[in-house]
Amino acid sequence: MSTAVAEPEVKAPSEPMFSKKTLKLITDPFNDNNPITVQVLGICSALAITVQVKQAIVMGLSVMVVTAASNLILSLIRNYVPNRIRIIVQLVIVAALVILVDQTLKAFVYDVSKALSVFVGLIITNCIVMGRIEAFALANKPWPSFVDGIGNGAGYGAILVAVAVIRELFGSGKLLGFQVIPDAVYAAGYVNNGLMILPPMALITVGCIIWIQRSKNTKLIEKH
Amino acid sequence: MEYLNTFVKAIFIENMIFAYFLGMCSYLAVSKTVKTAVGLGLAVIFVLGFTVPINYLLENYLLKAGALAWLGENFASIDLSFLSFIMFIAVVASFVQLVEMAVEKFSPALYASLGIFLPLIAVNCSILGGALFMQERQFSNVGMATIFAFGSGVGWFLAIVALAAIREKLRYSNVPPALRGLGITFIITGLMGIAFMSFMGITL
Repeated sequence: MSTAVAEPEVKAPSEPMFSKKTLKLITDPFNDNNPITVQVLGICSALAITVQVKQAIVMGLSVMVVTAASNLILSLIRNYVPNRIRIIVQLVIVAALVILVDQTLKAFVYDVSKALSVFVGLIITNCIVMGRIEAFALANKPWPSFVDGIGNGAGYGAILVAVAVIRELFGSGKLLGFQVIPDAVYAAGYVNNGLMILPPMALITVGCIIWIQRSKNTKLIEKH
Repeated sequence: MEYLNTFVKAIFIENMIFAYFLGMCSYLAVSKTVKTAVGLGLAVIFVLGFTVPINYLLENYLLKAGALAWLGENFASIDLSFLSFIMFIAVVASFVQLVEMAVEKFSPALYASLGIFLPLIAVNCSILGGALFMQERQFSNVGMATIFAFGSGVGWFLAIVALAAIREKLRYSNVPPALRGLGITFIITGLMGIAFMSFMGITL
């Protein structure tokens, strides 16, 4: 249902479809311009659902679909929306897309949808969606906006999955629900770290990921 | 007693920030000084305390399955709950707009101190999150929903003011360069979350 909306309707006529510039829109969010660790957008709903990898993947995909589709739609109508009411227009379009995603999740992966609870609805106020619309879609053509949405959604999903892998592996010894740490290790006295499942560890994990990223990529370091 | 219990629970045990990470974006962005943090925190308490009861009434008399029964028997089978996201966000956005206009007209001093934060609040996850939690938990009456909303707001206020105070002091400490700014803020919030977890299991 929702993927039908996400199909690109308009293609840039002069540039080739994946020119260097458009490709950069996809690769940038993975490192130099990651929505979570650099732009500080969309942390709100990111951390609570990283206890299990499966939830993180579903959430990442949902956000990617919503970001890409809303970027595309708003870029198409950007010249017709009066500036003063643009926030309301954006919220309504995003909310409609999120309803589509929510109903799709309820229809096909009900258990994950139940586990995500209010956080699917919170994609509406996820700062990534609004942030990318404001910062990119309102000033660019539909095709680059669509690619930018895909890239940022994927960059967000990548961090989500990374955090979820760490938390699920150390917290319950599983990945995607399958046991990874062999029984022999448990027999030798290894115990799952229950703290990893609790909310605060998500923050500390993200903090450490930021630390690692910035030690490698020194130009991102802040003064204070 | 039930009211007090919900209130305390919403502040400490189910704290919007430490237990659910709601409103993190503005929490991290606006917590550099205590003064601005207090302003934003007050605005959140205010908006949350009014939008959640409004949304509660909408939910129970308009959106829920069978909520339209007061219109007549023909309407009793209608379920509009799939529209709740769009209704809630419309209420939040228009309420924020209204408050902004009212505050600007009647209290310019308050507007000057809150002004820039009010528009930010429309997209603060904690406001919509409050409405969605209200929907999920199905409070028995509008009073409970209001108490829950105020409690959540106060919890958010406490969290952001505490973090801002820590960050003001942090300026004098020697943090590893790569951790400066965002990284150390995440870790501090995590540690504060662990401290808040000690409230778990308290019932009044």
